Amino acid sequence: MTVLLEAKNLHITFGAVKAANGVDLHIDEGEFLAIIGPNGSGKTTFLNLCTGYIRPSEGEVYLDGKPITRLPPRTIARKGIARAFQIPQLFLDQTVLTNLMLAIASREGLWQMGKALDRPAYRDEAMALLAMFNLADCAPTLASTLPEGRRKLVDIAIALALKPRLVLLDEPTSGVSALERFALMETLMGALRQAKVSALFVEHDMDVVERYADRVVVWEAGRVMAEGKPETVFKDARVIENVIGVA
Amino acid sequence: MPLLPLAGGAIIALVAATFAFPWLEFVLTLAIAKGLAALGVAILLRGGLISIGHAMFFAIGAYATAFAMRDFGITDVFALILISAVISLAAGLLIGVYVVRYRAIFFAMLNLAISMVLFSLLSKFYGVTGGTDGLRVGTPTVLGMVLEAKAVATFLFYASIAAMVLAGFAVNAYFKSPLGEALSAVHTNEIRLEYLGIPVRGVLLIAYGLSALLAGIGGTFAAMTIGHVLPDMAYWTDSGHLVLVAVLGGISGIGGPFVGAVFLELVHTLAAGVTDAWNMIVGTALLGVIFFMPKGLIGFIRPAKKGDAA
Ligand SMILES: Nc1ncnc2c1ncn2[C@@H]1O[C@H](COP(=O)(O)OP(=O)(O)OP(=O)(O)O)[C@@H](O)[C@H]1O
Ligand SMILES: [Mg+2]
Repeated sequence: MTVLLEAKNLHITFGAVKAANGVDLHIDEGEFLAIIGPNGSGKTTFLNLCTGYIRPSEGEVYLDGKPITRLPPRTIARKGIARAFQIPQLFLDQTVLTNLMLAIASREGLWQMGKALDRPAYRDEAMALLAMFNLADCAPTLASTLPEGRRKLVDIAIALALKPRLVLLDEPTSGVSALERFALMETLMGALRQAKVSALFVEHDMDVVERYADRVVVWEAGRVMAEGKPETVFKDARVIENVIGVA
Repeated sequence: MPLLPLAGGAIIALVAATFAFPWLEFVLTLAIAKGLAALGVAILLRGGLISIGHAMFFAIGAYATAFAMRDFGITDVFALILISAVISLAAGLLIGVYVVRYRAIFFAMLNLAISMVLFSLLSKFYGVTGGTDGLRVGTPTVLGMVLEAKAVATFLFYASIAAMVLAGFAVNAYFKSPLGEALSAVHTNEIRLEYLGIPVRGVLLIAYGLSALLAGIGGTFAAMTIGHVLPDMAYWTDSGHLVLVAVLGGISGIGGPFVGAVFLELVHTLAAGVTDAWNMIVGTALLGVIFFMPKGLIGFIRPAKKGDAA
């Protein structure tokens, strides 16, 4: 297995909170890695650190063995790491279709004068992605008028539209009812597997983790407290007490 | 699309009006010149940025014309437009690199501040700029032909219409291009843009350069039409008027700024003869637009389209 992304000894403090307190973690190519952990333990902070949104006070992040710690988010995005957010980040004044086509255009090169964004190739690709998430009927809707659950899906679709090598998903199933959760994960993981995209997902639903993660990392107070295959980790008494008990 | 015949009809109406009232030619040429600058302001409004300093690029275009004539003896109208366009674009990119780092009130105030610096430079450096007296701009030649002033004025009127049409098509294409859509997106979510790998400052810099270019072209038309350039062209009230015109006309499309500019210029000319309360008329019209027609005056003629943000 080749290591795709690796974090070494990341530290960051917000006031009195140590949101990252010596994080060591790696994700292999093709792997589906889950992160679980109590609220406020620093999971989202870790994604922020990996994508250049915030910089660690100490430690490094490597992509393909090369440091990316001090690069801005757009450069890291161009290197093939896409992100879907815990709170969806959409272009609210534009339609869902335009949201997706912008992601596609960015991937294909934005600097093309005189050609409309709305062109058949982009439109078809965007519609195919939307259809995959049962969002086809939302295409002409303004993103601001979408219900929260659907925004979450559009946010994920935007990340996939970039055709990344690695996608970071912050609680992808949180806006979805328990009933639809597995259907969504089935679609998502199917698409990722097919496109050979590695994935790191923060997840609160232990059943989802057990079923879809190759490996799970347990977060506590800004650091990794346990890791391994879901079936082993979930038997760990400390994990049961600290995480599964409260999650 | 039904918009094209509408715009075409409006232009024919403008031309017809100058046959009935020849004095309108001057007024309308100036209105279109300011409309070009207001279109520039409207571009930035798309990205959620308000510039209260864009008259500076209008002035830069105007003074570039005056300098080119006085110092380099260039008299051809097309050469003058080209020179002013290049210089205002360059100025826009130069100032833009600095101001696109800022947002909201800081962006607005920085533009204001820079324009006031330019205003005082133009006013104080008498030897170069003619100070508060400004500079005279002679009658330009047209492709080597020396025409009488009246013919040149008419030529400038039609040239300004051509510039308006060209600018309209170009800006429309820009708004629909990936870059233009990215500009609209800056307004709502810079974080997502960055995470798509899109450099927000680059997107804004292009918009800023384009808006300066349009304002500069407006300025060169004004300089040649009036035959004089003044530091007042860069004054902040003129910048305010450009924002006013853009909002008054409607910022959702291309036609709005021109509708607003023609409206403002006509009210100014007609009402100023009768009463000095023209500012009140314009102010009231603006209030009416803000409260009753968020799409601007152009909402009168252009029906709401599906997908338009209300
Ligand atoms: N930019 C910031 N400024 C100040 N404090 C922050 C910032 N980002 C995170 N924090 C704090 O750091 C801690 C970890 O936050 P983080 O969002 O990473 O947790 P999380 O594990 O994602 O929690 P949740 O499960 O609720 O999403 C919290 O106490 C949070 O308040
Ligand atoms: Mg979180």
